[in-house]
Amino acid sequence: MADNNVSDVNADGMSVEDRKRRRFLTGMTAGFGAIGAGVAVVPFVMSMAPSESAKNAGAPVQFDFSKLQEGQMVKVEWRGKPVVLLSRTQEMMDGLTKIRGELADPDSSASSQPIYAINEQRADEHSKQLLVMEGVCTHLGCSPVEKLAIGPDPQMGDDSQGGFFCPCHGSKFDLAGRVYKDVPATTNMAVPPYMFDGTVITIGEDNGRIT
Amino acid sequence: MAIHRHDNHKSANAVMEWVDKRFPATKVWNEHIAEYMAAKNFNFWYFFGSLAILMLVLQLATGIFLTMHYKPDAQLAFASVEYIMRDVPFGWLVRYLHSTGASMFFVIIYLHMFRGVIYGSHREPRELVWLIGCVIFVALMAEAFMGYLLPWGNMSYWGAQVILSLFDVIPYVGPALTEWIRGDFVISDATLNRFFAFHVILLPLILVALVFLHLVALHQVGSNNPDGIDIYDHVDEDGKPLDGIAFFPYIVIKDLIGVAGFLIIYLGIVFFWPDGGGVLLEKDNFAPANSLQTPPDIVPLWYFTPFYSILRASTTSLLFALEIITGLIVIWLWIRAKVSIKAKIGFTLLAIGVFVGLQFGSGKAWGVILMAAAIVCFFLLPWLDRSPVYSIRYRSLPFKIALVLFLVAFVTLGYLGMNAPTPGKTLLAQICTVAYFAFFALMPWFTSIGKTKPEPSRVVYEAH
Repeated sequence: MADNNVSDVNADGMSVEDRKRRRFLTGMTAGFGAIGAGVAVVPFVMSMAPSESAKNAGAPVQFDFSKLQEGQMVKVEWRGKPVVLLSRTQEMMDGLTKIRGELADPDSSASSQPIYAINEQRADEHSKQLLVMEGVCTHLGCSPVEKLAIGPDPQMGDDSQGGFFCPCHGSKFDLAGRVYKDVPATTNMAVPPYMFDGTVITIGEDNGRIT
Repeated sequence: MAIHRHDNHKSANAVMEWVDKRFPATKVWNEHIAEYMAAKNFNFWYFFGSLAILMLVLQLATGIFLTMHYKPDAQLAFASVEYIMRDVPFGWLVRYLHSTGASMFFVIIYLHMFRGVIYGSHREPRELVWLIGCVIFVALMAEAFMGYLLPWGNMSYWGAQVILSLFDVIPYVGPALTEWIRGDFVISDATLNRFFAFHVILLPLILVALVFLHLVALHQVGSNNPDGIDIYDHVDEDGKPLDGIAFFPYIVIKDLIGVAGFLIIYLGIVFFWPDGGGVLLEKDNFAPANSLQTPPDIVPLWYFTPFYSILRASTTSLLFALEIITGLIVIWLWIRAKVSIKAKIGFTLLAIGVFVGLQFGSGKAWGVILMAAAIVCFFLLPWLDRSPVYSIRYRSLPFKIALVLFLVAFVTLGYLGMNAPTPGKTLLAQICTVAYFAFFALMPWFTSIGKTKPEPSRVVYEAH
């Protein structure tokens, strides 16, 4: 096999052709090796994603709120998160309009809620007084403490209209879960989808309703 | 003339001779231990390097024994820790050694880092020693954070919830990334199980590897000393530094004194005050994890609180203050700074970018950025420090003042992070945050002004 031109042989005893071929083969081997290594990583990365059983745990929950008195609050667990159910008194409802100027997103335009909860009370037209809200601070996911009393409060301020205070980083929310200005959180607490069947509320499902 | 140690060893020990032909045991021993020369004027501050290694070994050892009884399962974890505390013979001791050990590890590391800063151990040629050390610091924080979830107490749960939520602020991929890290839509059994894997396998391996690299880098350039001068400037005819003594036995014996003192304090806490009044073991963590109830005063363990305070201090008013400061720096740059026009334009563009980011970014995202930046600042230290001298003994007055102010800010941030936020405390945290960053940002300036004292040519040493 004397195909190689002798004059092309360089100091290494390798022809230009051979050199090119070697570079090509080295490149291809390294390239495919890298792709193979990359593909091999995929199952390990994917194994850390939520499992099928974790995905299934996100089913809607139901709660009968007929025994919930005015001014009372309960927490219901949905998808491992606390959902606040608060039956607001008229005084609490009045407070919502008084503090508009102190809020960062009073119209909930930058916040997460179903379309039927985009209003001052952030509640369904049919049950304005009932606040249904994920009790999860939009800053870093703590569960804010309820400050239902109207009046001076060490954390909420001297002229508090009631609200929620996050003990982690001091974010403040009103009784519709709307965030105050100049606190670490910048959006209102989320409202989950929900629907009613008499006095039973289903949280996590609304059959795509818009009112 | 005395017989050389090497030769003595070889002829005296046929076994070592056999080994040395196959493995460089004697060579490594001599290069890194018996003939590794360090300055003879090491003081108190030089205890912390070896103490950190001791602490690492102790944590590994106690950790192994805890793993024999602990169950990484959301249903069983809390009870298994109580089982270790009550039923396992001496389980309480092993667990307290480990939990107190974590805090002591950070005490040692913080003092070790402070030693580096005051004696200029981060300066040329030890930049890589410092950088690897900073990576160790970050890895140690990850290790401690993941370990803290394992008891599955309520503070464990909510602490992890808060810190993992930090990743949410990354644009576009944040929420998906958080979900991937948690392995669930909330902190759950999946999260606990993987944190256990990271805490007992991945991070300990990384830490040991990093410590090895830290020592390799250190031994390449040699240890610094309290005078911040090069002991190899004055060597004897064999090339050994006149002011150097061998690591073994001299430094080792000295370090053992440090070990004895340290053990008195460490074991004193373990036996008599293992919860540190709620600082070392938080009270809320004696209740099992409850996904519906955030503890009333959620705080991380003390060693994270300075950074946590910075995170918490980041509100709109802090961003506004930072915008004003950015503006002032640009004005000062154009009027007073003696730098080229290119640098001025470059800095101005950078400042405009920062200004726009501050104006339109949210306090939440900036909180995370500032907290990360607070740690990144340490990595930059070797290049921010422009002083002609290394050691605090010869530094100019402006540096000393700045260092004291930084310490005050750092400790204050740490204290504030352990307490519930109030408007007054938030303001104080914001002032301290500005002071914290000012220390690093202004370092090139205050280290290049003022009158430094002349460095001695030989280390300052008085024989005892």
